[in-house]
Amino acid sequence: MNAQNFINALPFAQALAMRLDDLGDGHAEISMPWDARFVGDPATGVIHGGAVSALMDTCGGAAVLSVPGATTTATIDLRIDYMRAATPGARLVAKAECYHVTRNVAFVRATAHDGGDTPLASATGAFTFAAKDATP
Amino acid sequence: MTTPEPVQAVKQRRDRALASLVGAVPYAQFLGIYFERHGDELTAILPHDDKLIGNPLLPAIHGGVIASFLEVAAIIELSWATVWPDLEAGRITPEEMAQNLPRLPKTIDFTVDFLRSGLPRDGYARARVNRSGRRYASVHVEAWQDNRARLFAQATGHFLMPQTGRDATDH
Repeated sequence: MNAQNFINALPFAQALAMRLDDLGDGHAEISMPWDARFVGDPATGVIHGGAVSALMDTCGGAAVLSVPGATTTATIDLRIDYMRAATPGARLVAKAECYHVTRNVAFVRATAHDGGDTPLASATGAFTFAAKDATP
Repeated sequence: MTTPEPVQAVKQRRDRALASLVGAVPYAQFLGIYFERHGDELTAILPHDDKLIGNPLLPAIHGGVIASFLEVAAIIELSWATVWPDLEAGRITPEEMAQNLPRLPKTIDFTVDFLRSGLPRDGYARARVNRSGRRYASVHVEAWQDNRARLFAQATGHFLMPQTGRDATDH
């Protein structure tokens, strides 16, 4: 399954209206719209951290699947640093890269942006990695 | 000696306060998360829904849903633990709380351990405030499905506590 299909086939990615904007060779870019249903703090209209996590996790998974030969992946762990609040109303864009891949594990870094000068969040994660065997 | 408050009145007061806290978080409603309360102990419940699936082949709940569920559980627990003393002492009523909701803690960082894939059934989570200071708090959350002893995820998060007018300048 390629990563574009992977995104389309994820019910929760669809529930958050995620869109695959760029993909290839261990990199992915996925975005999602601001939506009143995703708000965490009604006093500010800021998107819930959990929704940002979901975007970063999906983007990390897509980046892993874009590594040539990758077949399946699952998140082992994910740490998110929330540097600042997301701007209410702004589309969120996540960018993820696999900075190292072993036979079994892909190490991923990701950032989330909303059009401001600095990222609003960054993440690091380890994902299980399985690739097609080169020999049958 | 004053007459003790009738047990039903106590429960209603606590439940109304909790409902106003949880009801104010749109994303928790979006995911279908609700809370059960025994005394001051909260259990977050994530009823299964097909839209929560991340891997349709297994099928398994999306990791982002699990991370979200744990973060919601942590924030509500922390906020609940903060309002509980005032609520019990009668310094605030649930009605006053609903009119003027406490500011929620802000997540500084959140680390999730995905221990097992989330099965397509209900999930449960309990959070424990390990350290709660004037400015920062550290919270641990555990989540399970069928067996309390077999966690499917756990998380630790650090939170910035909302500053009230009284201690906003008191570093």
